[in-house]
Amino acid sequence: MSEMTYLEAISDGLRTEMRRDESVFCLGEDIGAFGGAFKVTAGFQEEFGADRVLDTPLAENLIIGAAVGAAVEGMRPVCEMQFADFIACGFDQLVNVAAKLHYRQGVAVPMVVRLPSGGGFSGGPFHSQNPEAWFLQAPGLKVVAPATAADAKGLLVSAIRDPNPVMFLEHKHLYRRERGEVPDDDHTVPIGEAHVVREGEEMTILAYGSTVSLAQQAVEELGEDVEIVDLRTLCPLDRGTVLASARKTGKVLVAHEATRSCGVGAELSALIAEEAFEDLDAPVRRLTAPDVPIPFSPPLEQRVLPGLEDMKEVARELLAY
Amino acid sequence: MATRIQEGLTAREIAPQTRSEHLTRDDRALLLRYMMLMRGSEERALTLYRQGKVPGSFYDGRGQEAISAGSAYVLAPRDRMCILHRDLAAHFVRGVTPDRYLANYMGRAGGVTGGRDGNMHFGDRRLGCVGMVSMLPDMAEVATGIALAFKMRREPRVAMTYFGEGSTANGQWHEAMNFAGIHRLPVVFVLENNKFAYSTPNELEFAIDPVRRAEGYGFPGVEVDGNDVEAVFEAARVAADRAREGGGPTLIECHTMRMHGHGAHDDMSYVPPEMLEEWERRDPIDAYAARLVAREGFGQDEIEALRESVRTQVEECAQRALESPLPDPDTALDGVFADEFEPLGDGQAPWSRWAAS
Repeated sequence: MSEMTYLEAISDGLRTEMRRDESVFCLGEDIGAFGGAFKVTAGFQEEFGADRVLDTPLAENLIIGAAVGAAVEGMRPVCEMQFADFIACGFDQLVNVAAKLHYRQGVAVPMVVRLPSGGGFSGGPFHSQNPEAWFLQAPGLKVVAPATAADAKGLLVSAIRDPNPVMFLEHKHLYRRERGEVPDDDHTVPIGEAHVVREGEEMTILAYGSTVSLAQQAVEELGEDVEIVDLRTLCPLDRGTVLASARKTGKVLVAHEATRSCGVGAELSALIAEEAFEDLDAPVRRLTAPDVPIPFSPPLEQRVLPGLEDMKEVARELLAY
Repeated sequence: MATRIQEGLTAREIAPQTRSEHLTRDDRALLLRYMMLMRGSEERALTLYRQGKVPGSFYDGRGQEAISAGSAYVLAPRDRMCILHRDLAAHFVRGVTPDRYLANYMGRAGGVTGGRDGNMHFGDRRLGCVGMVSMLPDMAEVATGIALAFKMRREPRVAMTYFGEGSTANGQWHEAMNFAGIHRLPVVFVLENNKFAYSTPNELEFAIDPVRRAEGYGFPGVEVDGNDVEAVFEAARVAADRAREGGGPTLIECHTMRMHGHGAHDDMSYVPPEMLEEWERRDPIDAYAARLVAREGFGQDEIEALRESVRTQVEECAQRALESPLPDPDTALDGVFADEFEPLGDGQAPWSRWAAS
C-alpha cells in the first residue's frame, strides 16, 4: 500500500497496466511531451515511448475512431479527453460506432475513454460538465465514476481489461484533494459493484464521484445514522445494493453534481419507485445541479453546484419527513 | 512516427484500359466473376425487396462493381477492411457468400448480422471486416485506427476502406486523412465518386476535386476510371504495396456513376437521362467481358458459362436465404456487452500472388 492522491492513483493504474500489457497505449491531446493537461501521463513518454503515449491532433472523433480501430485489432487504447466536455466532439464515433459494434456485429471494442469532469474551479460552461447521463442513453457503453484514490486505480485497471468501451469519469475536484491508501501493483475493483461506505439505519445517500466525500462530511456534521452508498459504476448499475439499502432505510437521497433532468438521480428514483415503493417512508429526494450550463464567475458557479450546506439541508428535511 | 512532407506528390491518373501485369488468366476470370456475382446478387435482392421480403429500404452499387472487386482483390488474408454500402463485391472477395448477404437484407438469422442490422450494414468479423455505420465517413477513422495498430506492432499489413465523394465534405474525413498522413499509416482510402451524394451533384459538394487534397495531407492522390476493374486493381495494388512497405496511405479516386437511386425508393428524377445513357455504355461488367474476349483470349462461350454459373449460384443462395429463419425475438436483448475479446479472423485472398506465396 502507498498513500497517494486520486490523480496519482490514476497514473499508477495506467502505468501498471502499460508495464503489464504491451497492447495498452494512450492517445489524446498534449498527453505526451506535456504529460497531459492535468499531468496524469507526466513522465510516461520517457518510459513507454512516443508510440504508446501518442499526442494526437485536435480531433476528438479521430481519437475515439482510431481507438475503435486499434481496439478491434487487439490493442487496448486508453483515450484522454482533455476535458470531459470535449467528448461532445467525438460523440458520433462513441455512440454510433464504439457502443454498437458488439451488438450489431459481434465485434468487441476494448477501449477506455478518460474524462476529466466536474466543476468548482471557474472552468466555465465548457470545462466543468458532468456528462455521465449522455452515455447512459447509449447502450453498449460502461460508465464508471470513482470517488477514492484506491477505486480510481482499481476501476481504471478493470476498465482497461474489460472487453467493452468504458467511460472513466475522473472528477477534477478530487484530483489533488482526495488521497488515500492504494494497493501497489495489481489492483482491480470490479465494474458493476457499488460500495457501502458507511452503514446506517435512518436514511440512504446514493452518491458517486465528488458527492461521496461531500456526503461523508455532511453525515459527520449532522451526527445521524445515515448509510452512504458509493455507486462507483453507473452502467451496469448495481441494482441489488441500491435496492437493498433503500429497503433497509426507507429514505433515499440521490446526490450528484450533474444536472437534474433525466440524470442518474432520476433513473435511481424511478428504479426505487418501481422496485421498492412499499418499503419507502418518504419520497426519494435528489440533490443535483439545476438544469443550467455551469457558469464561470465564482458566486454564480457556487450557486449552481451542490455544496455541503445543500447536502445537509436536504438530508435534514428527509430525516424529518 | 515523424512527420515528413513529401514533395512533388500531385494527383495523377492511371491510363484508361490499363492492363495489369500482375494478373493471371484465372485472376481475370475471377474479377469478372465477382463483379457478376455482385450484380446478380443485388438484382436478386431488389426482387426480394419488391416482393416485400426486405424490411426497411434497399441500396445497391449498380455500375460500381469494378471498384470493390478490383480493390479488395489485392488484399492478403491478414489485411483488414471496412466495406461500405456500394461495395458488395469486396465482401464476396473476402469470403461472404450471397446467401448470407440476401438473408441479411431480409433480417434473417442466417444473415451476417443475424438480424441485428440491416441492408449493407455488415462485415464478417471472422473474415477480417468491421461493419459500416450509416454515418459517413466514420469508417475512415476506424480503418485508420486499424492501420495504427499494424504500424505500432510493425506488421506488414494493410487496412482498406471506401467512401463516396459525399463523405469528403464531412469533418471526420479530414480528421482521418490528416492523422493517416501524419503517421504514414498503412491504409488505402478508396474514394468512389459516383457523381451524387443522394441527390446532391458534385458541383454542390466541393469546389475542387477532393483527390487533390491528398497532397495537402502528404500522400499520393490517384485518379482512375472506376469502371475499369484492372485500372482499379493496379491503383490498389500499388497503394497496398506502398502501405505494406511503410510508405503510408494513398487516396484513390475512382470515377464512376451510381446507376440506381440512392435507395430503391429514389426515382433519380434529378439525374439527366443522357448522363445515365452515357455511363450505361461504360458498364464495367460488359466492358471487361468484351475486353477479355478481344484481348485476353477468352471465348464468348466462357463468358456465357461464367454468367450461367453465377446465375445458378445466386438462385441457390436466394433459396438458402429464404429458408433461413427469422431471429428468435427472445435474443433481442443479448450481446449489448462483450464477455470477452475475440480477435478478427482472416479474409479470403483469391489473388494468385497470395496462393503462390
